[in-house]
Amino acid sequence: MNIEAFRKIEERAFYALAGLLGLVVLIGLGAAHYMETHGHVVTGMNNQIVWGLPHVFAIFMIVAASGVLNVASIGSVFGKPVYKARAPLSGLLAIALLVGGLTVLMLDLGRPDRLIVAMTHFNFKSIFALNVILYTGFMAIVAIYIWTMMERKMYVYSKYVGFSAFIWRLALTTATGSIFGFLVARQAYNSAILAPMFIIMSFAYGLAVFILVQSAMYAWNGIKLDPAILRRMKNLLATFAGAVLYFTIVYHLTNLYFAKQAAFERFILVDGGVFTTLFWVGHILIGALIPIAMLLHPTIGNKLKTVLLSSALIIVGGFAQLYVIIIGGQAFPLELFPGMQETSTFFDGAIHHYSPTLPEFLLGMGGLGVAFLIATIAVRVLNFLPRDDSYHVSKDSSSD
Amino acid sequence: MAGLAIAPGVTLFDLAHGRAPEEAASSKVRWGMLIDSGKCATGCDDCVAACGKENGFTGSRETDSQWIRKVEIKDLRSGQSHSLPMMCQHCEHPPCVDVCPTGASFKRADGIVLVDRHICIGCRYCMMACPYKARSFVHEELHDQNPDVPRGKGCVESCTLCVHRVDNGGQPACADACAGAGHNAILFGDLNDPSSEISKRVATLATTQVRADLGLNVGVRYQGL
Repeated sequence: MNIEAFRKIEERAFYALAGLLGLVVLIGLGAAHYMETHGHVVTGMNNQIVWGLPHVFAIFMIVAASGVLNVASIGSVFGKPVYKARAPLSGLLAIALLVGGLTVLMLDLGRPDRLIVAMTHFNFKSIFALNVILYTGFMAIVAIYIWTMMERKMYVYSKYVGFSAFIWRLALTTATGSIFGFLVARQAYNSAILAPMFIIMSFAYGLAVFILVQSAMYAWNGIKLDPAILRRMKNLLATFAGAVLYFTIVYHLTNLYFAKQAAFERFILVDGGVFTTLFWVGHILIGALIPIAMLLHPTIGNKLKTVLLSSALIIVGGFAQLYVIIIGGQAFPLELFPGMQETSTFFDGAIHHYSPTLPEFLLGMGGLGVAFLIATIAVRVLNFLPRDDSYHVSKDSSSD
Repeated sequence: MAGLAIAPGVTLFDLAHGRAPEEAASSKVRWGMLIDSGKCATGCDDCVAACGKENGFTGSRETDSQWIRKVEIKDLRSGQSHSLPMMCQHCEHPPCVDVCPTGASFKRADGIVLVDRHICIGCRYCMMACPYKARSFVHEELHDQNPDVPRGKGCVESCTLCVHRVDNGGQPACADACAGAGHNAILFGDLNDPSSEISKRVATLATTQVRADLGLNVGVRYQGL
C-alpha cells in the first residue's frame, strides 16, 4: 500500500492496532487471573523450577527498558545530535517496556493482591526491594527527562537529567543482573560477571527494540530513515551483539576453569537437551553470529531489511539467552553434597523438568502488549517521532 | 501447655519448658538439631510422615510441598552411602532472609527461620536463594489445615522447627517420631546451652554442616557423614 492510500485509513489503522494490543493485554490479564484463582499448579512451574516463562518475558522487558534508554544517553550525555533526535522516543520506550515487564513480574506473584505490601515493607538487604525503588525511580527520572526534552523552557536541564538517568539505568541493570549474581546457592549464578553482562545485554536488546519501533513509526508516517543514521545504528548494534557474545564466552570460560563447575557447564554446553539447543542455536547462532555477520556484511549489511531482520534475531536470541540463564540455571540440581550422588523424593540430584503452559505464555505476551500499547498511544498523542536535522546528519555522518 | 492457673485469668507458666505468648523469643536460646546419619536407616521415613501429619501436607508431585525429605547420598569413589533427613537448616545467616523483599522471611531471636504468611507476596526469590532446597511454594488451594500451622496458596513455606510445639515446651514432630520409633537419629535442643545434650555432642563429636563452605552457620548439624 502506498503512503497516500494509507493516510486515508491511518486513523482506523491506529484504532485497529490499539484494539489488537488491548486485546493482547486483556488476554494476558485473563491468564493472570486464571493463574491466581487456580494457583501456580496450572503453570509449568513447580518447587524445582520456581521461576518460569513469565520471568523470561519480564526480565527481557526490564533489561531492554534500561538498554533502550541508551539511545537517549548517547544523545544527551555524549552529545551526538543524531541520537538526540531519538531521545524522547528512547525515553518513552524505556518507560513502556519497564511497565510491561513489571506488570508480568507482579502478576506472576503468588499473591499479586499484596502489591501494597511489596510497596510498604522493605528489606533493604534484598536486591528485589532495592529494585522496587530503582524501577519506580527510573520511571520518574525518565519521565522528567522526556519533559525536559519536549518542553522548550526545560531543555537546558535535559543534559543533567539525562546524565542522572544514565547513571540510574546502569544501577538498575546492575541490580537486575545481581538478582542472579547474588544467589550463592546455585551454580549458574553466584557470579559478579552477571551484573555487567546484563548491562551489555541491555545495550543489545534495547537498541534492537528501538530500531524495530523506529522503523515501524517511519513506515507508518511514510518517512525514510537517512542511510547514514541507519549505518551508524546498525554498526552500534553489531558492536553490542558482539559484546554480549564476548561476555557470554568469559562467563562460561570462567566456569570451565573451576573444576566444581564442570558438571554444570557440561549440562548447559553439551548434554542439557533443550537448554543446550537454545544456547547454541538460539543464543549463539541466531542471537549473535548470524545477526553480527549480516550487520557487518559490506553490501547487505547496509540494507534496512537486513538491519530489521538482525534486530529481530537479536531479540529472539535474547529470549533464548534468558531462558537458558533463568530456567537452565534452575534445571541443574543444587549440589548439597559435592562429589556425592544424591537421590530423594524431592528430586535431589536430578535434572528438573519444566514445560511452560499457555497461561504463562499469554501472561508474558500480555506484558509485551502493555508495553507496546503505552508506546502506541503515546506516539499518537505526543510528538515522539524522531526528526533529523539534515545539517546535523550530513555533518555527523563522517563518524560513527 | 505447661502452666498453672493461680487466679482467674492469671496463669503461671513453667518457663523452663515453654514461653508465655506475650514473651518474645530470646537470643539466649539457639534451637538446633543434630542428626546422626549412622542411626538413620535407608527407607525409613518416620520423620517425613510425622512432619506431614503435624503440618498438614502430603504428596510428592513436583508441585507439592516437602518440608522435610529423606536424601540418600552415595560416594561414587568409595561406594559408601548415607541416608539423612534434609530440611530447613535454620541458618544463622539465612540467604532466604537476605533476599526476601518484604521481610516475610525472617529469623527469630532463638534462631528459628520462618515465613510471615501475612507479608509473603509469593515471589519465590527465597526458593532461588536457599542452598538446601528447603522451601516450597503452595501451588494450589489447601483444605483441612492444622490450625496451629496456617498455610496458604501463593505463599512460600518451609520447616518451622515445629515452632508451635517448641514454644509450648515440646520438640519438633520429626524428632519425636524418630525417638518414638526407637531410632534416636534426631536430637533437638538448645545449641547455646552448654549443659544441653546437643551442645555436649556438638562439642565432642565430629559434626558436619551441609554446604559449610557458604559460612551460614546452620542450626541443623549432621554426624557420621
